[in-house]
Amino acid sequence: MSSQVLWYTTRGAGAVSLVLLSAVACLGLLTRLRVRGQGWPSFLSAAVHQDLALVSLFFLLLHIVTAVVDPFTNLGIAAATVPFGSAYRTLWLGLGTLSFELGIAIGLTSLARRAIGVRAWRAVHWLAYACWPLAVLHGLGTGTDSHSAWLVGITVSCCSGVLICLVWRLASAPVDPLAGARAARLPAEGVR
Amino acid sequence: MGESSELVGRTRPGATPPRPRGAPPGFSLAFDRIRCDGRGYCAELLPEKVRLDEWGYPIATPGPVPQHLLDHARRAVSACPMLALRLVEAPSSR
Amino acid sequence: MSGSWFLSGPAPREGAETGRAHIQRLGAPSLTGAALIEALERSGLRGRGGAGFPVSRKWRSVAERRGPRVVLANGAEGEPLSSKDRVLMRHRPHLVLDGAVLAASAVGARQVVLYIGREHFDAAEAMLRALAERPPRERRRFRVLRAPVGYVSGEETAAVHFVNRGIALPTSTPPRPFEAGVGGRPTLVQNVESLASVALIARLGDGWFRDHGTLLITVTGSVGRPGVFEVPLGTPLGEAVERSGGRSHAIQALLVGGYFGGWIGAGEAWNLPLHPDRLREAGRSLGCGVVAALPASACGVAATAGIAGYLAEQSVRQCGPCVFGLGAIAAALGRLADGWPEPHDLVRLERWSAELPGRGACRHPDGAAGLVRSALTVFDEDFRLHQARRGCMMDRRPVAAGAA
Repeated sequence: MSSQVLWYTTRGAGAVSLVLLSAVACLGLLTRLRVRGQGWPSFLSAAVHQDLALVSLFFLLLHIVTAVVDPFTNLGIAAATVPFGSAYRTLWLGLGTLSFELGIAIGLTSLARRAIGVRAWRAVHWLAYACWPLAVLHGLGTGTDSHSAWLVGITVSCCSGVLICLVWRLASAPVDPLAGARAARLPAEGVR
Repeated sequence: MGESSELVGRTRPGATPPRPRGAPPGFSLAFDRIRCDGRGYCAELLPEKVRLDEWGYPIATPGPVPQHLLDHARRAVSACPMLALRLVEAPSSR
Repeated sequence: MSGSWFLSGPAPREGAETGRAHIQRLGAPSLTGAALIEALERSGLRGRGGAGFPVSRKWRSVAERRGPRVVLANGAEGEPLSSKDRVLMRHRPHLVLDGAVLAASAVGARQVVLYIGREHFDAAEAMLRALAERPPRERRRFRVLRAPVGYVSGEETAAVHFVNRGIALPTSTPPRPFEAGVGGRPTLVQNVESLASVALIARLGDGWFRDHGTLLITVTGSVGRPGVFEVPLGTPLGEAVERSGGRSHAIQALLVGGYFGGWIGAGEAWNLPLHPDRLREAGRSLGCGVVAALPASACGVAATAGIAGYLAEQSVRQCGPCVFGLGAIAAALGRLADGWPEPHDLVRLERWSAELPGRGACRHPDGAAGLVRSALTVFDEDFRLHQARRGCMMDRRPVAAGAA
């Protein structure tokens, strides 16, 4: 396969991954906010969030594999698996690798949620708040397109979307319906 | 199957009422009421068996899940974000 | 053999019967182990904590498990109207301890937990003194823990959770305590009065119990001498009220079973027998043996509103239907009692109390719903009057909350 095709694929798949990951992040936040509407039942946010995460993983793998396999880039497996293990743009590439691995951890724990329980699953899922920004930074710092209009445009749109959802999430009251009731002292407390 | 008698309200240690020989097992929904957070996915995915009260918490209709709805029931079980829903071999939902 | 076993005998000087006097009065138990369980089955003894579950079946379900087992003697008595358990522990601690030891050996438990309410000072002191009088091999098996004050702390999974984690919160079932309880081990949770009954059956046999068995009741409200009484099984409610000094005022209804029980109109209640099976057949429940008399001058709506408010506040707030459902019920009852109801309060009350049972991790919402439904039946005229904002024609003093 010509190096140029691989190169375009890497950049394209990377961009698509970023867009999809941003959509996943938005949907995750909307799920947390218990958003629902006439044609949009609650379960849909969660379901599309999970499905898009899988799709983005596909594009992410495409991005990584084409980048590693491309003879022009001289990236070895180490670059893709060991954060900051590449000689080329060590920091920015490393952020991408880190983001990828956090994503893997989140994905695996989600698949195994029934086995590990909600608490453990939720603890790992918090890493999503690191996973997404790392991906954005990687995109801005690594690619040769970093200053091209289209990538900047995409990045700005993705960031706006996620930031809007994030602000909404931070601004809204705790979604736990029993939080208020529990704030009062429990009658069942007692010292041993 | 489809007896109305409750597993609700009384301790019935280990009791699974006998089912007629040769009949397929009756599956019912079992809710973990402490884990349940009133998200409502179950009522959206299985409206024939689950509806929500005015605070968003599930009320199950009595009786087992009919055969033709079992796949939907399994989907509802796996969709529950709090892992509060299970499908158990029992004559009635609780 | 007169009909007084729990509370009879020469009045002990310090309030509690000593070990020696106990053996002198009653002798040693003759039935143990499997033979005892069979006798309990024939006797038909049901638990006295409130749920009324057959004792022999509970023991069997623990005995047939594998591994180390535990007995939890439940003396938490969270029901505010009930005092029988603390009175029993105060006066006949050895009877309770006997029952616990018999239970432990019959189900194969090495450990016994005494779960005594934090505020039952006299009872706890008596139990500890009695424990000190037991032989070391028995004493070694016991642990004493003080239950937190609260309605739900006597619930069996809450008791187990308190022993395990220091806070009395009910847990989702399965697993039930008989499967996994204290320390994850099969645990028999039994009310102290049930254990005392076992100790008597172990000496006098199941035939004695069926013919001469007694139970403890707490009579409170508008009666002459409220307090704890021991009555033969099957005593009609009216007679029990007479025994406690008769009515101090005309009575319109009896609350039977405590806040977990239900109202019964005085006319219907008077001849109902205080017997778990017969009450069950009549669609009622003995519960923890509370009989509270509501005078004709009191408002049934206000009394029920007060109880519902307490029950809503006592929810441990783990389950949405309980928190919101009981909250809404208590609020609606409060508005009805005060004469400022919303247009659909009565209709909603009926719906909420019908939708509530079975939707909590424990039976707290079920008990509250049962109480409200009984109120809606017994006081239906008053409710309709209150809903129509025609005011209340009764004096509005609620039933005394707390032992009279």
